[in-house]
Amino acid sequence: MTENILEVRGLTKHFMLDNDTVSRIAGKTRTLKAVDGIDFFIKRGETLGLVGESGCGKSTTARLITRLVEPSGGDVLLKGENILDFSRPQMQDVRKTVQLVFQDPYSSLNPRKTIMQILSRPLEVHNLAKTWSEKRHRVLELLGLVGLAEEHADRYPHEFSGGQRQRIAIARALAVSPELIIGDEPVSALDVSIQAQILNLFRDLQEQFSLTYLFIAHDLSVIRHISDRVAVMYVGKIVEAGNVEDIFERPQHPYTKALLEAVPEADPDKPPPHLVLKGEVATPIDPPPGCRLCARCPLADDYCAEVAPELRDTGEGRFVACHKV
Amino acid sequence: MEQRAKHDMAEAETVLELDDLTIRFKLKRGELTAVNGVSFKVKRGETFGLVGESGSGKTVTARSIMRLVPTPPGEIVRGRVLFEGESVYDKSDQEMREMRGKKVAMVFQEPMSALNPVFTVGSQIGDALRTNLGMSKQEANERVIELLQLVGIPSPGSRLDSYVHEFSGGMRQRVMLAMALSCDPTFLIADEPTTALDVTIQATILELIQNMIERFGMSLIFITHNLGVVAHACDTIGVMYASHIVELGDTRELFKNPQHPYTMGLLNSIPRLDTQSKYLTPIKGLVCNMQNPPTGCKFHPRCEKAMDICRQEIPQMKEVAPGHFAACHLHN
Repeated sequence: MTENILEVRGLTKHFMLDNDTVSRIAGKTRTLKAVDGIDFFIKRGETLGLVGESGCGKSTTARLITRLVEPSGGDVLLKGENILDFSRPQMQDVRKTVQLVFQDPYSSLNPRKTIMQILSRPLEVHNLAKTWSEKRHRVLELLGLVGLAEEHADRYPHEFSGGQRQRIAIARALAVSPELIIGDEPVSALDVSIQAQILNLFRDLQEQFSLTYLFIAHDLSVIRHISDRVAVMYVGKIVEAGNVEDIFERPQHPYTKALLEAVPEADPDKPPPHLVLKGEVATPIDPPPGCRLCARCPLADDYCAEVAPELRDTGEGRFVACHKV
Repeated sequence: MEQRAKHDMAEAETVLELDDLTIRFKLKRGELTAVNGVSFKVKRGETFGLVGESGSGKTVTARSIMRLVPTPPGEIVRGRVLFEGESVYDKSDQEMREMRGKKVAMVFQEPMSALNPVFTVGSQIGDALRTNLGMSKQEANERVIELLQLVGIPSPGSRLDSYVHEFSGGMRQRVMLAMALSCDPTFLIADEPTTALDVTIQATILELIQNMIERFGMSLIFITHNLGVVAHACDTIGVMYASHIVELGDTRELFKNPQHPYTMGLLNSIPRLDTQSKYLTPIKGLVCNMQNPPTGCKFHPRCEKAMDICRQEIPQMKEVAPGHFAACHLHN
């Protein structure tokens, strides 16, 4: 089973800023390159972890793949078909295959609807259950899958804790029996003891339904735990991708290395966090040519400032975008 | 973030002492005890980490030291807070004003809501200097530039007239730190100072705080839920669960030899960076409802080792090893 369920080629999203008539005439519009030509693939049944700091374009990537935000360019191949060419009814079918779980379970669930209503909505939209009793049956089944009880069905979201709400959001994603679930920081709003429960739930469901995950997080230890392969993003670009072991044990890109060194590990005998990169994260607004990291990179030279490095295959499933590797 | 030599600390004097502090809130929907019998000491030059999950009472504990808990609805039911031997709650408003800023300063979690969006950075920090130290506007401005330089803001002179929204998250946290340090406090309370920040920015801020402590011999209370941060930033750790301190001890000892089931559970539930395991070992169940907490030990509904006595009696703190305390009936 090495088929790619999802393949992304040159995916791009540029937001125009100051895009009013006056600025356009004056030539003062600016471009925010949120996602700037990224390539990656996800094999069926695996978990790809997408990691990076805030503002690097992780969440935009998730929204582009699902066309919640329309890409400016590139291809998104779902099971070999480019969904960017799909019509609205065709996209409806895509949403049965790909589902999202969002970061904040406080804003992703409608406070005025009961859990029963929230979970039966996808069943109605996709015509998966016709009668009320069919719906009820399926909703109770879904609640069971995510470790909630039947009596929870008729309650409202505010009656639940953050961890329980995230379980409900996961149940909603499962309602349409998807093949690919995109988790956009699904555990970062949760306390550690609850976070572990939800991570275990993700594992269980993956085994049970042979799901494929695109797991977005900024927490490196979470990514290390859940992923089979990892892609590291920095300011709209993927800088390094590879197997989880390789990325964490033998990082090649200076940014990946710096990121790993900056994480404080929960063990006082481990070396303390240490910062290699100086200065602030580069801005994605009208970025200069060349490598986005070059102003902060200890290895950078003049060439790095002029020519942006391509993501190159360095063998054994490893991809690195750096002139110095 | 080196651990400082332990013998220095044993001799150092106690700067802050919390003794059986209990704080209750009277809310419309009922009463809530946010802090329950919390006692700990912080010595000069020591970094004390207060760890716990959201709602465990860390922030209320920290704020009570500066008398920032609003009363009502809050009420100090029992206990006292001694700063340099004097009870904070017996001070007059005038004396409190002397203490805040000049002796004890606080860094809050969200710089965006703690800093004022309608004043420039220069005027906010300068305000503290002029009020507390009676500086002139000119002197204050010079000092602000020095402070911004100290916390690593590039070209500080030109940033004086900037507003908070013009700074990034990490830069805002630096501004907060500059403001906290403005009147040379001897005691700093940092309430989740790095939680909203990315790891690389977090590493910078932690390094900065550490430098400041060493340079000015400050004591620090560091509140966080991130066990990785406390492992490296703190000398001593207090673990809070549902308004109680359940374990207290030296950082290394606590990580190597945790004695309370909650601490063990926490340490087991975090994913590790050096190994990959298929499943994590979470703490079962949910954090208890603080308005209707369970009887006895608050952790017993989630505890694997709960006994009958745990349901009836709140366990007292016991010294399980020299300087290492745990509140658990297993140690009776």
